[in-house]
This record gives sequence, C-alpha cells and structure tokens, in this order.
Amino acid sequence: MTLAEAMPTTGAATAPDFVLRVEGLCVFARTEQGLKPLVQDLSFDLRKGETLAIAGESGSGKSITSLAIMGLLPQPAVRVTGGSIRFGGQDLAGLSDPALRTIRGDRIAMIFQEPMTSLNPVMTVGTQLTEAIRAHEPVGRSEARKRAVEALRAVRLSEPERRMGQYPHELSGGMRQRVMIAMALALRPEVLIADEPTTALDVTVQREVLDLLRDLQRDLGTAIILITHDMGVVAEMADRVIVMRQGRQVETATTLDIFARPQADYTQALLAAVPRMGQGAERPPVTTEPVARLTDVVVRYPLRGGLLGGITQNVHAVEHVSFDIRKGETFALVGESGCGKSTIAKALVGLAPHQGRIEIAGQALQGLDAPALKAMRRKVQMVFQDPMAALNPRTKVGDLISEPLVIHGIGDAASQRAKSADLMARVGLETAHLDRYPHEFSGGQRQRICIARALALQPDLIIADESVSALDVSVQARVLELLRALQAEFSVAYLFISHDMAVVDNISDRVGVMYLGQIVELGTRAQIFGNPQHPYTRRLINAVPIPDPLQKRATTSRASSEVPSPLHPPGRQPERVILRDIGAGHLVGTVS
Amino acid sequence: MAAYLLRRLIQSALILLGVSFITFFLLYVLPADPVRQIAGRSATAETVENIREQLGLDKPFIVQYARYLGALVQGDMGRSYLQKTEVAELIQSRLPATLLLMAGAIFCELVLGLTMGIVAALWRGKALDQTLMVTSFVTVSAPQFVVSLLLLYIFAVKLGWFPIGGYGTFAHLVLPAVTLGILGSGWYSRMMRSSMVDVLRADYIRTARAKGLTRARIVLRHALPNAILPVIAMIGIDIGVFMGGIVVVESVFGWPGIGQLAWQAIQRVDIPIIMGVTLVSAFAIVLGNLLADLVAPLIDPRIRLR
Repeated sequence: MTLAEAMPTTGAATAPDFVLRVEGLCVFARTEQGLKPLVQDLSFDLRKGETLAIAGESGSGKSITSLAIMGLLPQPAVRVTGGSIRFGGQDLAGLSDPALRTIRGDRIAMIFQEPMTSLNPVMTVGTQLTEAIRAHEPVGRSEARKRAVEALRAVRLSEPERRMGQYPHELSGGMRQRVMIAMALALRPEVLIADEPTTALDVTVQREVLDLLRDLQRDLGTAIILITHDMGVVAEMADRVIVMRQGRQVETATTLDIFARPQADYTQALLAAVPRMGQGAERPPVTTEPVARLTDVVVRYPLRGGLLGGITQNVHAVEHVSFDIRKGETFALVGESGCGKSTIAKALVGLAPHQGRIEIAGQALQGLDAPALKAMRRKVQMVFQDPMAALNPRTKVGDLISEPLVIHGIGDAASQRAKSADLMARVGLETAHLDRYPHEFSGGQRQRICIARALALQPDLIIADESVSALDVSVQARVLELLRALQAEFSVAYLFISHDMAVVDNISDRVGVMYLGQIVELGTRAQIFGNPQHPYTRRLINAVPIPDPLQKRATTSRASSEVPSPLHPPGRQPERVILRDIGAGHLVGTVS
Repeated sequence: MAAYLLRRLIQSALILLGVSFITFFLLYVLPADPVRQIAGRSATAETVENIREQLGLDKPFIVQYARYLGALVQGDMGRSYLQKTEVAELIQSRLPATLLLMAGAIFCELVLGLTMGIVAALWRGKALDQTLMVTSFVTVSAPQFVVSLLLLYIFAVKLGWFPIGGYGTFAHLVLPAVTLGILGSGWYSRMMRSSMVDVLRADYIRTARAKGLTRARIVLRHALPNAILPVIAMIGIDIGVFMGGIVVVESVFGWPGIGQLAWQAIQRVDIPIIMGVTLVSAFAIVLGNLLADLVAPLIDPRIRLR
C-alpha cells in the first residue's frame, strides 16, 4: 500500500475530532475611507477538549474573530465577507440570526473581558442564569433554578442559593466573572470562547479563575478558544497558539513550540517584550537624599447617612503608611485593586485630605496655603493609566505639553513652544507633530505625550499610576525603556504604582507591597522578589502567570480569596500592621 | 429610609416656603391694584381705602406676608377677593379635573414618547428613525394653542368624533389629554432614544445576545429597564412644565381645572387664588420629583436613598 492510499483514511478518522473549523475567514469594516480589513484569510481548527489560544496585541483582530464565530459582529458596519465557519455540519457565517440564536449560548458560549459591565445591573444573578437555561431548554422555572444553583456551585461560588437573589453590584469582580462562567457552562456547550477572561481581574483572582476554567474543561470536555494578549496566560492554559497581527495569522504551533522555537520575527519580538520576573538588571542601591517622605500617613473617607448626615462608617483607604522616595530612585507600590496605592498618589499631590506627615523636598504638605501648594506641585507630576482620558481631545499636543509652564507662568510663548518641541524630541516623538491633536497618535505615543507633559516642569518626582498597564507589551517595553532613560538624564524619582509584578520587578529599585491600606512588606527589589517574607507578597508573586509552558507551578489553594472590607464604623480601627526590619532594611509586617 | 423621607419632606416644606415668599413678593410689587378690580371704576377714593383696609392691603409687606403664612399653616388659604369663596374650596372643586387631565396627558406622553424613542433607537440611522426624530422636533417646537386648535378643528368640528369642549365624560378628556401628550412626547422620545442607543451598546446587552435570547426579550427585559431610568427622573421635572401648559389647554377646551381658575384670577389680580394655585402647583412638582426618586431604586437596585 502506498502512502497516498493511506492518507484519506487517516483524514476521515481525524475529521470528527474537530468541533469548529474556520477557513479563509475575512471580516471587513465599512468606514468613511472605504472597506477596512479587520481579519484576513484566517484558518484554524478547534479540536474536541483542547484549548486554543489566539494571542495578539490590540488591533490584531483576535476579538473580532471571536465575535464573528458568535455572530455578534456589530452589523452592518462590520461583516464577514468571505470564508466559512463550520460547526456541526453548518456554516455559521451564512446562518440567519434566528438560526444562530439556537446555537449561541447553548452550543457555543462566550465570556467577556469586563465582568463589571457584562452582567445586567438591574437583574438578579438568578434571573440572568435561569433565562439563559430556559432560552434553550424546555424546562420549568424551578428546574431551571435548580440547574442554575448547580452551575454556581460548579464555579465554586460560596452560598450559591443566596447569590441567586443578589444583584451584580453586590458581587466582586472575581465573583462576577465566576457568574459569567457559570452562565456560559450551565448548558455544557461544545465550545467556550473566553475573550480576555482575566485581564480585568486582580492577579490572585486571575489565578483562581484560570484554575477554575482548567478544572471545568477537564470535567466537561469543553473546547476553549482563549483570546488573550498575555503570553503568561497562554503558556499556562493553551495547548496550541495562533499568533495574530493586524488581522492576519502570523504563526501557529503548539504552545511548547511557540515558546521554545518561535519562527516568525513578530512572535520572537512579542515574546522578547513580555516582562518576566527575575530578569530585572541589578541596580546599585540609591543612597541620595529623599525627595518625598511619608510618615504615618492616614487617609480615611467618611460615609455619611441617617437624618442628620452623620458619619456611619469610615473607608480606611490608607493606614499608617511610612516610606521615603530618594532622588533618582524608582519606588514601586504594588497591590491589588482597592489596596490604597492610588490614594497615596493622590495624597502626595495634595488631592486627598490626610493625617500624618507628607514632606516633598523637606517641606510638609499639610497646612500649606493655595499659592504654596501650587509651587509645591511643580515638584510632583503625575502620569495616569489612560492617556486618551488624560489628554484634552480639543487641544494640540504642543499646547498640552506646555500647559504646566503656562499655569506656573514660566517663560514666554516662544520659549514655551521651544520647550514643548524639545520635550517631544526627548520622549521620541517628532517635533513636527506639535500641532496635531491627541487622537492622531497611537496609545503608546499618547502616553509619551503625557510623560513629556509631566517632565515640563522638571519635577523631582513623577508619579506613574498604572502608566503602562493599558499598553500592548511591545509598546509597554519601549515606554519602560524611555522612563529609564529619562531617569538617567534628569535624575527624576518615580513612584511607580502597578499591579503588574513582572513590570515592577523590571523597573524598580525598591518595592512596597500594600494590602488593605497598609504596607505589609518593604524592601529592595532583590529582597522582595528574591526573598519574599510576607504571605501576601508570596501569594502575589506565585499568582503571576509565567510565560514559560515548561514551568509547572504548584497548585495553589483553590479557596476563594475575597479581600476583607476596608469599611469600619467610627471609632473602630483596623488591625495595625507593624513592620520589623529583618536585616538590610527589609521590612516585613506582622499584625500587632 | 424613614430618615430619608423625613429629610426630603423637610426640604419640600422649605421649597414651598420659598415659593410662597417669592410669589407673594412679586404680587406685592405688581403695579396692578387688586382693590381697584374689586371696587370697580366708579368707586370713590373713600370706598377704595375702606376695602384696602378691610383686606389688610394697607399694611407693610412683611406684615401681610406673615398674616398669610400664619393662616396658611392653619390650613386657611384665604378667600377670593371677587368670588368671596374660600380658596381651598375653589381649588378643591377644580383639582380633580386637573389631576384627571394630568394623568391622561402623562399616559399619552409616555405611550407616544417611549414608543417613538424605542422604535427610533432600534432603527437608528434608518429613514424611520429620521422621520420620528423630525416629528418629535415638530411637537417640541409647536405652540400649545396651535396644536389644540388644530386638533379641535379636525376631530371636533370637522369629524365630530369628540365634543368641542367641556368636562364630564371620557370623550371630553381625549382631545385635551392628547394635545398635552403630543406636545410632551417629543422630549420623551428624544430622551428615550438616546438613552436606549447608549444601553444597546452596553456590554450586558452583548452578553444577553451571546446567551441566545430573542430580540424581543433583549429589548424589553434587558435594555428597557436600564434605558428608562433617566426618563423617570424627567417625569418628575415634567410636572412643572406641564403646569404651565395646562393654563392654555384648559382655556381652549373649556376644561374646569385649576389652570382655568388661575387664568381668571390673574386677569382680575385675585391674589389669594393666584397664591393658592401657585402653591398647589409647586406642591405637585415637589411631590412628583419625590415620587420619581422613590421609584428609581425599585428599577435599579444600585440606587440607594440616603
């Protein structure tokens, strides 16, 4: 028997293994400039029970691909213009909406990035779950309810019965994403599309949700298409990977091969840009004088209620935090959402009323009058997370960059413009683009504009509050590089606030780990990442997905880790963390 | 909740106090003299002064206001200068008609406005949407008397489907209620449309579609309750606008409500009636807003009253 004769048999034997087969998929958007390709000639197969990751940066077409499979493209502006999506003997690309509706949610289900907005705020969790079940199966109310409770139990939500009657705003982000997963898997679909399912979650919650997805897949045999930008998540979850860029497939291989032997230049560049823990260059200790010093800083917000509007509870946002930031140093604050790291940034620029003492360049912030506070602000500048929101869309970037100079009355119009041009060049933008508007720049370029604006007053300290979190990894790597270069040039100090442990490991000199408004561990980068002492620090570091499929992690405890509330009635204090020096300035917290 | 209600009621009382003061002051400085209206043209100066003294209108402003307020707190709104009847009695006899008209008008307004808004949002950018939005613009800008006369002419005079004016049966209610409804529907349809368009773009609508729900369920069960919230707040505010419109419409259709009462009183500078009608209207507006605020948390559980 020849090889040619044997081929068809193998082909026929493997064919039923495919649950979904995409061939030559093209998606176009109708814009004012004509048709714009979003996805071009994309082909892939999804096998039973496997996890296929579609990885890529923003604009790669990965989310559009998932919406095309679901038939959820924003028609008629965006449409499938070619190719087929074969599923169960049908071509989804050619199906009418009513026909697709019987498949959607029943045989192909989807979970989305934003658990905070993906559930209807005015309907109970129970209603939203049961309606999904009853949309596809002829079961009564009580039977649907029973199955909904089972589904909630399967995603390991505590007190599933009580959750049924709760509204989404009563649940945390992680719990909401569990509800979304319960909703998607209640009908045991053959395919689950997970579009950035953990991107909006804190890293420890991400860990739990990824573990949950993996366990459920093992139990139910669901095939998963995982859409993600995070190569760490890819390495941990996927069997195979498709790397996409600008609507086209760049490379496809098994996860092991992609990480071990990336073929395409783009894949290699993408993997090189991924921040990894333990790769930060060793930096000499910074021993200069401090530019900012916080001593026992407390920020509390009162919640009022009752007839006379008395204080019923206090939000203990920041509790007894002390640290200093030295000239030319990068001090990182890490912690999960709500831990108080951004509140500290606000307090530093005088935007949050605080107790305790904050000194900027040796001068206390408290008790300053308005002109003195304004002068003080010259020394501290901020760069925020979302550059588009931080730049006035109707102002030219040249004017945006020179605005701090105008506010503080420094120089005349000509010198201000010259300064803008100079700063544009310093952050790697073309000076010819001074008269353009923010929307004419890409996300990374906009963040460079924000950095240029922060530099205009030559501050002692720049507070970077999640400044690189919204950027694609390749852009992120270049912006981090820029921040380092500017620090060397201007010897400016950074307060780098981030939830991303790998980025922090790469850029910081010293790190403070925050939990529930208090610092639980503080030390040099090497001390925190090389010798983490506090259990919370360890949990944070362990939770970070590692972009290396060969590295098998120890299974973490599967218990849900809801953070306790920072709300306390007046007069009640949260338990105070006492920091002890365990040698060489490495401070570790213990509860008093 | 109880604390919230109590605080809102105290606020409402303060608002009514402010309204009473401003209205009383405006009527005081008005060049028109109520005593002249009562006494008639041929009255002697002596008669005029007698009446003035009798009514206490010769006293300083602050004394007059204090007297009025003192009586008002005891539930006495005074007597009409011309009809010699208790103002409270007059308003009591007229109020049911106005409330009936208001209910009918708000019903028409909502049915017309919300339907137009939802349909326009679902067919956004299509010819149907544009037609509806032009229509809503016309209704928003059309003067009340033009619309009322037009409807009166077509449906009462030409077709004879409804009575020309008056009060008593359901048929009497239709034309004035529809007139007010059409005039108000433009605002509601525009607001509903933009609110609905926003909601239809929301992530949870995408989730609902991903679940495989029918279009009808997505629109009615998922989108509508979210989209209607700003509209509910508007109903509360709208009662104020409505009180202004009712004066014209009640006059055109001969509807015996407080709008007509106010219109007559203004012509004759019958201060107690003007004060009474103003306070009742202000009370209705305050109450409407309070009700709108109380209904909102029933629809959106995230809204907490405090």
